[in-house]
Amino acid sequence: MANPSIELRGISKSFGPVQANKDISIRVMPGTIHGIIGENGAGKSTLMSILYGFYKADAGTILIDGREVVIPDSQSAIRAGIGMVFQHFKLVENFTVLENVVLGAESGPLLRPSLARARAELRRLADEYELDVDPDARIEEIGVGMQQRVEILKALYRDARILILDEPTGVLTPAEADHLFRILRNLEAQGKTVILITHKLREIMDVTDTVSVMRRGEMVAHFETARTSPAELAEAMVGRKVLLRVDKRPATPGAPVLEVQDLRVTDAKKVERLKGVSLTVRAGEILGIAGVAGNGQSELLEVLGGYMKATGSVRVKGVPQDLSRDDQGQARRDAGVGHVPEDRQSEGLVLDFAAWENVCLGYHDRRPYSGSLLMDLAAMRRDADAKMGRFDVRPHDPLLAAKSFSGGNQQKIVVAREIESAPALLLVGQPTRGVDIGAIEFIHKQIVSLRDAGVAILLVSVELDEILSLSDRIAVMFDGRIMGEREAGQTDARELGLLMAGITEPAGRAA
Amino acid sequence: MDRMPRWADILLVPAISLLLAALISALVILAIGENPWQALLIMVDGALGSTSGWGYTLYYATNFIFTGLAVSVAFHARMFNIGGEGQAAIGGLGVALVLLYIPFPHWSLALLAAMLGAMTAGALWAFVPAILQAKRGSHIVITTMLFNFIAAALLNYLLVGPLKPTGTMETATAGFPETTSIPSFRDMFSFGDVILFRGTPANISFFVALLAAFLVWLLIWRTRLGYEIRAFGFSEGAARYAGIGATRMIVLSMVISGALAGLMAINNTMGSDERLIMNAVEGAGFIGIAVALMGRNHPVGVCLAALLFGILYQGGGILGMDTAIPREMIVVIQALVILFTGALDQMVRMPVERLFARRRARAALSPPGPALPGLQTPKPTGAPTAEP
Repeated sequence: MANPSIELRGISKSFGPVQANKDISIRVMPGTIHGIIGENGAGKSTLMSILYGFYKADAGTILIDGREVVIPDSQSAIRAGIGMVFQHFKLVENFTVLENVVLGAESGPLLRPSLARARAELRRLADEYELDVDPDARIEEIGVGMQQRVEILKALYRDARILILDEPTGVLTPAEADHLFRILRNLEAQGKTVILITHKLREIMDVTDTVSVMRRGEMVAHFETARTSPAELAEAMVGRKVLLRVDKRPATPGAPVLEVQDLRVTDAKKVERLKGVSLTVRAGEILGIAGVAGNGQSELLEVLGGYMKATGSVRVKGVPQDLSRDDQGQARRDAGVGHVPEDRQSEGLVLDFAAWENVCLGYHDRRPYSGSLLMDLAAMRRDADAKMGRFDVRPHDPLLAAKSFSGGNQQKIVVAREIESAPALLLVGQPTRGVDIGAIEFIHKQIVSLRDAGVAILLVSVELDEILSLSDRIAVMFDGRIMGEREAGQTDARELGLLMAGITEPAGRAA
Repeated sequence: MDRMPRWADILLVPAISLLLAALISALVILAIGENPWQALLIMVDGALGSTSGWGYTLYYATNFIFTGLAVSVAFHARMFNIGGEGQAAIGGLGVALVLLYIPFPHWSLALLAAMLGAMTAGALWAFVPAILQAKRGSHIVITTMLFNFIAAALLNYLLVGPLKPTGTMETATAGFPETTSIPSFRDMFSFGDVILFRGTPANISFFVALLAAFLVWLLIWRTRLGYEIRAFGFSEGAARYAGIGATRMIVLSMVISGALAGLMAINNTMGSDERLIMNAVEGAGFIGIAVALMGRNHPVGVCLAALLFGILYQGGGILGMDTAIPREMIVVIQALVILFTGALDQMVRMPVERLFARRRARAALSPPGPALPGLQTPKPTGAPTAEP
């Protein structure tokens, strides 16, 4: 039997008291796609950072093609044949594709011969792997799907035999993700080894040959993908049985709570981000907004949340809202709008504040937090303590800084704050981004029971599965417009995927 | 999770920085052929050895408390106000105008009015850069610094022209009326024949400074505005989301900062000089930056750091008088202290943090027993969250 393309033996790594990787062993054979799945904070990224020379393991050995290697830095990783595609691309925005590919791998002091060689090589790779990109396009001008291909090309140009992709589909449309998987299969067919790190069970099932599950820094199980099921993987990830589907009754919509008419937003660069959005959300229903990131969803949420200027009209419970200012966050809250923002780290929480200081963020001018002159710190702490209890935030320590909580628990703090303010309308952006499965289950349940209590909910998510399982109605955004609206029961991922790509089929032909 | 215990953050790191600065200072003093130990003794004795030493030390410390607080308040909103010098100078103008043109029956009323004048003037001088930052995006560091020059030029013009009494050679305003003279430490702490703080400038403003420090603490950690300022300073995005307007935060934090810097004028202009003179601030506005840095933007820290710099100022002055060490040497020592406690703070902080992390790791590993933290403890908090 051939040597494994890559083998780890007993890798351990601690950060202070926290053991991020504990005695991890794994073997990946050449010419296979291997998945590594695990919740946020399970230690996947730490492990990959060790492989790529960003961290030094405390113990353990790495073998490439059966030979032990030491990887003190990323240059050594590249020399050992490892290529890495990070979640956040590492490209120079105003360089061309070609320049990015060559950067750091120039063949000599003169650029011209390197570029010529790279151009030829790029053409060959494009043919071989369906990796076609325009070598002369600037990075800032091409979409994220293309940018990701550039990252893959960069790795291949450096003769990577082992390609590691960290959460590669987070920013892709379903069609782009399919294309990526075709590329990965081509790489596999050419004998390359692919390691796919993800938290999405479906991708693991679709594309991998073997899969390893990480939980709390340990490798807890290895499976052949063909012989396992999503339920089994989820259980291994979380350590208990989980419900993958959301149980909910049909909606009983009431009066309109949010009425949006012809909303338009133009950004600082004079680019129109919202091009006349109109929608209505009724009490007791969830309107899901599907779409690839960057098609105006963020702007929509910010306008509704009161911190982006816009034209058009927004009514909440019939009351017109002021769109001419960008400091209306408190006014919106007073009008009954709760908001779980898309990015909890840069918006939903002040990371350097303790949990108790975050639990009243945005409501800090209200009683009981704010008295006549001074804030009531004791009341804030008591309130935080109670909410953290009810929403099972762990650790249950209001004094801990927000940045010290895991993603899922940070999100629970935000959700607790917004739900318990008893809103009439709840804006929810990417509620489960970077959140572990256990917390996803919990947050979804909270959203549904809030709907059942008669709250109008506007849900924005780039996860199509999430939109499909939670929404009562679904609107798809593309390029600042609503491309179409469907009843949740009467559409599917394929139809929505087309709308997300901006393709509208003639009405009636849609099945 | 905190990287190290609070006491290490607040005391150990500044202490090590100070020690390093002292060591290098000692080397420099050795290099010019003097005895560093002797120099240290002279400095400490000059600053703290007598009530007249204390009288100067606390006078300087009062200036630095005001300017240090000014820098801290702005910094909580992540506004780097380096215009304390100019704001304090204009604060002096506010004091002078109030005391020269309004008659007061008693010093206490004069003090209150002068405080108001000083704060208003300083606040106005900070307001312009603040509004330029908020509305036009002009960088606060650049504008506040330039406003220092404008303040100096304005006072130059006023003190050789409109405000200079005819027939005098000094570039200063006329002396303030006798009734506006506030109690000095000598007036307050001398009993019968025992005269303390003889001939020193320390005055009642010192207590105003301590009160200001307490009010700043209240503002930053106990009021809604302070909460909003800190939220804005830590995360502009979260503040926007929470409906905390950026313009309001920038303007309010800077105006309060300017008012505090301006307030310094009751110490130097009203309490000591008793007239507005040229260059009355003497760099206290800039020292305030170092004081705030060293005091970690906490009023208690600011007061302690201000005292330290007061000692350096006074002790340094004595050193220049009593030894062959040139006066410029004092500037070198002060610069080293600023360099190590302010600019090179991280150089000391990081090794100390690492030391504590290593100690903690060892402590976490050592207790034997069921090494399966997964069983009881919840998720490892503050996880390495290596997920980038």
